[in-house]
Amino acid sequence: MSSVTATPEAAPPPVIIIKPSSGWIGLKLSEIWSYRELLYFLIWRDLKVRYKQTALGALWAVIQPLFTMLIFALFFGRLAKMPSDGIPYPIFSYTGLVPWTFFARGLASSSNSLVDSANLIRKVYFPRLMIPIADVLSGLVDFAIAFLVLIVMMVYYGVTPSSRIIWLPAFLLLALVAALAVGLWLSVLNVEYRDVKYTVPFLTQFWMFATPIVYPSSLLTGKWRVLFGLNPMVGVVEGFRWCILGAKTTPGPMIAASAAASVALLIGGAFYFRRMEKTFADVV
Amino acid sequence: MPTSSSVSDAAIRVEELGKRYRIGSRPRYKTLRDLIATGAGAPMRIARTLIGNAPPPPPEQTIWALRGVTFEIGHGEVVGIIGRNGAGKSTLLKVLSRITSPDEGRARIRGRVGSLLEVGTGFHFELTGRENIFLNGAILGMRHSEISRKFDEIVAFAGVEQFLDTPVKHYSSGMYLRLAFSVAAHLDPEILLVDEVLAVGDATFQRKCLDKMQDVGRRGRTVLFVSHNMPAIARLCERTILLDSGGVKMDGPSHRVVASYLSSDVGTTAAREWRDPATAPGNKTARLRAVSVKTADGTITDAVDIRRPVGLEMVFDVCEPGWVLTPVFDFFNEEGLLLFGTLDSDPQWRGRPRECGTYTATAWIPGNLLTEGTVIVDAELITTHPTAQHFYERQAVAFHVVDSMEGDSARGDWGGSMPGVIRPMLRWSTQVAPARDETHARVAGKADVS
Repeated sequence: MSSVTATPEAAPPPVIIIKPSSGWIGLKLSEIWSYRELLYFLIWRDLKVRYKQTALGALWAVIQPLFTMLIFALFFGRLAKMPSDGIPYPIFSYTGLVPWTFFARGLASSSNSLVDSANLIRKVYFPRLMIPIADVLSGLVDFAIAFLVLIVMMVYYGVTPSSRIIWLPAFLLLALVAALAVGLWLSVLNVEYRDVKYTVPFLTQFWMFATPIVYPSSLLTGKWRVLFGLNPMVGVVEGFRWCILGAKTTPGPMIAASAAASVALLIGGAFYFRRMEKTFADVV
Repeated sequence: MPTSSSVSDAAIRVEELGKRYRIGSRPRYKTLRDLIATGAGAPMRIARTLIGNAPPPPPEQTIWALRGVTFEIGHGEVVGIIGRNGAGKSTLLKVLSRITSPDEGRARIRGRVGSLLEVGTGFHFELTGRENIFLNGAILGMRHSEISRKFDEIVAFAGVEQFLDTPVKHYSSGMYLRLAFSVAAHLDPEILLVDEVLAVGDATFQRKCLDKMQDVGRRGRTVLFVSHNMPAIARLCERTILLDSGGVKMDGPSHRVVASYLSSDVGTTAAREWRDPATAPGNKTARLRAVSVKTADGTITDAVDIRRPVGLEMVFDVCEPGWVLTPVFDFFNEEGLLLFGTLDSDPQWRGRPRECGTYTATAWIPGNLLTEGTVIVDAELITTHPTAQHFYERQAVAFHVVDSMEGDSARGDWGGSMPGVIRPMLRWSTQVAPARDETHARVAGKADVS
């Protein structure tokens, strides 16, 4: 039997053991790391094709939050006289809408991601976690574009951020974790139950009103605030307003609750995903 | 480590591998409503289903696509996997590529694995050829640097230089397949798992692909190659494994396994018979009893003279009267290409419901129509109004078309290779006009001027 002569590395070849798996299994994060180039390509593909054959292109990343803000500013700000912690209502709601749009978009795309990639899943092996991760991460580009408009609004309203702004990446990370966490759960459920597809738009709408976007969280007081914070997006939106607009509400137990809820959802989601992963190719 | 590595240095070792699928009335996907309806009053069952802990379905609803599969493949071996449709070939490759997980047994693979179960997986129609090379390469497990290094080679092999920056949605299907195969062909893992992917493109390109595969094998790579293309298997692989109903039926030198496959009742022969109506293809209306290949004088044969007509005979029982039934044959060549199909057009039975009984229908293919090589025949019985299929037996029989080279077939006195999927004998005629002096003179004159 001839031996391998062309192996460039002296390192022993990797050994793969294939056997039935059952129950909860490890996350194999090192494997995900070794496939990082594929992650990059999946994101790149997503960005390349996202606005193909659209007349407005990347403007769509701005249109959605901007027009939502205009409607909110008219109905909630002008007509309903919604309090906004002394901040001009348009920038108050837009600051909430930027991370919210990122979250909602991440949820919509990642929950459908496995079903949309059914062909890949049935024909190629790679860590399946890459698919929803790539979908959530590619939303960062839209987030950045929408954020540019926020900067313009800050200039217009004369808002100068304080040194608190250095916390912004942390809140963005929290938004990312929240979107991925919920996205993982929904994507797995969607493989078996296509009902998820119909639930997500409705869920997103409902969730938005459970998040202080059109109203300030200061409407709630005391213990309720921590309970409210269990919605991960509460911490994100409040955090954004705190570090960008200098809103009065300081981060406290409420944001801590959001962070804890996100991380718990993410870890649970990742293990759930890994557990169900082996059936994807047969079911999707 | 010391014990396990000393036991075997094989590239692939498979032990008692089994994979079970659920069959029957299970829909392709469930809805929450079904779950709630069937699980009403049993919330624990719902919860268990959601986390994948549901008890295994009753045995009659499962089918073992693979069971007790055991073999070992050494480094550098090129091994073919053959078997009838549903024998478990693709499932085996899916398990070995880790796309789906087995239900029992285990497999151990030493070395970087590349699998090619489909050409063009992950290609995106909106992206250009160049972009798709990188994307598809990454999906197949190539590093960016590796793709850059092989880029020119990939493009040259596919022959799409001028269209690199055109979105692949504007490609012809041939160009698309060439590019897709080319990327995959340049995947250079230590172990390559290939499913029936060569049954694409035109004959020239298929030959190019086979050469490329042979090249991969020569460079000491381990290749596991699933195909229906027996000549390709025989050419590429020294060893072949024959799978039958999920198990290894035979494992040995390719020529022996292929020959056995083509002549056993597992494989395809010139005559097959289903003695037990319970297992014969069919439904409550009709059951297939036998299919055979016959010459004009009624003898069963698997080698047919290219000049002579050949008859395909289908014997079936009708168990439920009143149906209008149409026997159908489909003919494929050894590359899996559908040559043509034929439906029973006998006016005697057109639109006429059949009584219970045993029917024998024969279709005659005229001589001098098929080309040399293997012809594989699917047998089917249908009703056109309302549409129903009573049985459909793939690869029911096969036969070889042979040219005895006596000069009176379509190849005339030409003894060399003659490509093409059919070889009709055409009527040729030639007129000769007697040479006229002025014509010669004019031609000669022109030649003089130039």
